[in-house]
Amino acid sequence: MASGNSRSGLDKFGRPLVVVTGLGVVTSLGAGKADNWAKLTAGQSGIRAITRFPTDCLKTRIAGTIDFLAPQSSTAALAETFADLAAEEAIAESGLGAPGNFPGPLFLAVPPIEIEWTQRIEVGSRSGSNDKTTYADLMRVATQFPDYHQRFLFGSVADHLAEKFGTQGSPISLSTACASGASAIHLGVEAIRRGESDAALCIGTDGSVNPEALVRFSLLSALSTSNDNPQAASRPFSKNRDGFVMAEGAGALVLESYDSAIARGAKIIGVLEGCGEMTDAFHRTRSSPDGKPIIGCIASAIKDAGLTPDDIDYVNAHGTSTPENDKMEYLGVSTVLGERAKTVPISSNKSMIGHTLSAAGAVEAVFSLLTLNNQRIPPTINHDIPDPAIMMDVVPNKARDARVTHAISNSFGFGGQNVSLVMGLEPA
Amino acid sequence: MADAPREVWITGIGIVSCLGEGGDTHWQKLMEGKPTGNASMFSPFIVHPIAPINFDTQIPKKGDQRQMDSWQRIGTYAAGLALDSADVKGKSDILSRMDMIIAAGGGERDLNVDSTILTGTPLAANRAAFLNEKLMGDLRPTLFLAQLSNLLAGNISIVHGVTGSSRTFMGEESSGIDAVRIALSRIAAGQSDIALVGGAHNAERPDQLMLYEFAGNCLKDPFRPVWERGEHGGGFALGSLGAFLVIEAREHAEKRGAKPLARLTAVFSDRSNRKPGAATAALSRLWDKLKDKVKSGHAAVLSGASGAKAATAEERTFLEAQVLEANGDLAVRATGSYLGHGMEPQFPMNLALAVVALGHGQLFPPSDASGLEKPMSAPLDQVLVTGVGHWRGEGLALVERVG
Repeated sequence: MASGNSRSGLDKFGRPLVVVTGLGVVTSLGAGKADNWAKLTAGQSGIRAITRFPTDCLKTRIAGTIDFLAPQSSTAALAETFADLAAEEAIAESGLGAPGNFPGPLFLAVPPIEIEWTQRIEVGSRSGSNDKTTYADLMRVATQFPDYHQRFLFGSVADHLAEKFGTQGSPISLSTACASGASAIHLGVEAIRRGESDAALCIGTDGSVNPEALVRFSLLSALSTSNDNPQAASRPFSKNRDGFVMAEGAGALVLESYDSAIARGAKIIGVLEGCGEMTDAFHRTRSSPDGKPIIGCIASAIKDAGLTPDDIDYVNAHGTSTPENDKMEYLGVSTVLGERAKTVPISSNKSMIGHTLSAAGAVEAVFSLLTLNNQRIPPTINHDIPDPAIMMDVVPNKARDARVTHAISNSFGFGGQNVSLVMGLEPA
Repeated sequence: MADAPREVWITGIGIVSCLGEGGDTHWQKLMEGKPTGNASMFSPFIVHPIAPINFDTQIPKKGDQRQMDSWQRIGTYAAGLALDSADVKGKSDILSRMDMIIAAGGGERDLNVDSTILTGTPLAANRAAFLNEKLMGDLRPTLFLAQLSNLLAGNISIVHGVTGSSRTFMGEESSGIDAVRIALSRIAAGQSDIALVGGAHNAERPDQLMLYEFAGNCLKDPFRPVWERGEHGGGFALGSLGAFLVIEAREHAEKRGAKPLARLTAVFSDRSNRKPGAATAALSRLWDKLKDKVKSGHAAVLSGASGAKAATAEERTFLEAQVLEANGDLAVRATGSYLGHGMEPQFPMNLALAVVALGHGQLFPPSDASGLEKPMSAPLDQVLVTGVGHWRGEGLALVERVG
């Protein structure tokens, strides 16, 4: 496809270079890049007591909910609202295509969609069953709720976004658990490198703060129970970390081939230099104790970028604040970076915005690119009691100016999912 | 990336359904030509429950089986069959770089807990507290892992050691079409050498029946083959399915001495908004990319038509106006008449059945009184596979005999 001479648009491996021309984000801190970046670098927390539903009898009663937008009646509707906002911002910044006609495919990381208790109880109540209520009763009245069919299909969020933004072809809804957002970007990078498209819209979104989702994580003992001081609950890499904080948000990236961006005179925000992935077959929720899949994932992303570990000067950590993750991530990062792991800054956005689950990889890619653009590293807040076993510069509590040329963002999820993304500034 | 696309072979299949397991069993049942469904399990709705399976043969550890719900067991089992079929089972040098794309739904539920909450809520003094208390007290902690969409992939990694990469696509029928499309594109472009692709679906779930019945989609007794349902209001019968393919670059297969079961020549997909005529138009656009490759006389169509009224009518219009118009003697078969509608794995299943038919060099008999399916006695070299989602998603693939 590429001609023999014009090499500027290709990476070191002869593949189309993938750049970022639009970013959008919404988190519990606010809507938009400006607001989020200001609060993130000020070390503000978006974690608060849950008010969306009563929290009686729950062990965890805090989350990073997005409460400044109109309420929605389901995870699907919330996820769609957040993704829509982030995509609007990213596409507007990129200036790519025309309204309702985005010239590339959609890759959407979205939480699993299902009918929730609000609706289940509504249908049950309509069934008028006097005695024990079962699905057989609900089935009798199901056709009275035609809208619930498409709302609770897995593909509905992506479909609505595809319709609105006019993305090309069949939209991909995907899940790699807590690595989903990074996988959406990875798939977009691959599509552009294949020459299949000059652009891709990659979004990660999540709006899962509902009673059953919270209980599910709670029953796995994954969540912080520091309910009394919500803003201090997410404490990645601290000795007294006690679990992650569920949170909501969306991140959107417009990816584009370098040649396409240059041809239309677009502003290049950064380069998606490399992607790495390695699956862990050790356990459904725990990492292999030797850390090999995480190490392999990080190393392969750096290699895919055509770089060496010495080129990495910032790590945007997965940093969930669970005892297990932060320990394993330290093992992975310190193994790959070697001695430099003690000095290369690593910080966790989740200390402020919580764990945005399916969105996290995309939200944190957006923040990594803002870090590169601003040459300023957001802190890991709530870092009062360092874990002596984790000997890294976690940028404790205060943002810091720094020279950052190549950043790596990690995402690890249940089911052995590991994805790392390497991002850089446009080559001078 | 500038190189010509690489040829991609299907070197393994693993299938389970109401008909049984494996290509031979499926072929035998399809040749008998007597589709039927189960009308008693969720009367009056018809489903196609999975045939009895001895899971131990592919999931040896009981502990692993306990960690899974039905859809994951069906999928992990079918994936194991596919790895066996491709002769890569246990070969960790290959499995450690094998890419995996799974098409999945998820969310199997604890029906007793749901019923307890639905029954108790109207009587509870504090309904929200009652809900929280029951969820905290009654849900078993590991149920979440049986519900997460990406945990079929996770289980396949754990049980079979597939660890190159792991991606799970969601979105009903489209997820199955796009899983194969992207796995194929990656191999053709040199981004991957070998992939495990497929999915699983458990039809024996009243909560899933409810989801589709919200739109009145579920087929009620009496059972009829897919094409005959339109004049009776349409509808699909959910089917339990597990369907996996091992696909790989021809040179990768040759290097390890693997035989091709068939060539996966092309997979195309699209999304239309399903205004009247939109699905037919989308399929016609996909067909334009393929039609020059299809040779009259030795080709057939394996249709993924579900029976959903509008989608199936539009597919029929497409087949009659485009495919049969250009290739008058092309025979069509809707496998959904036999297997039911399996959502995510429906398309991979039909690719696998195309492989089975090509292996026998012939097509199974028609089962359709509406007149679309016609007998075919000529030798079979090519199969056009269709996938038309009941609500969204259109796909076409071409599977061909090698040699």
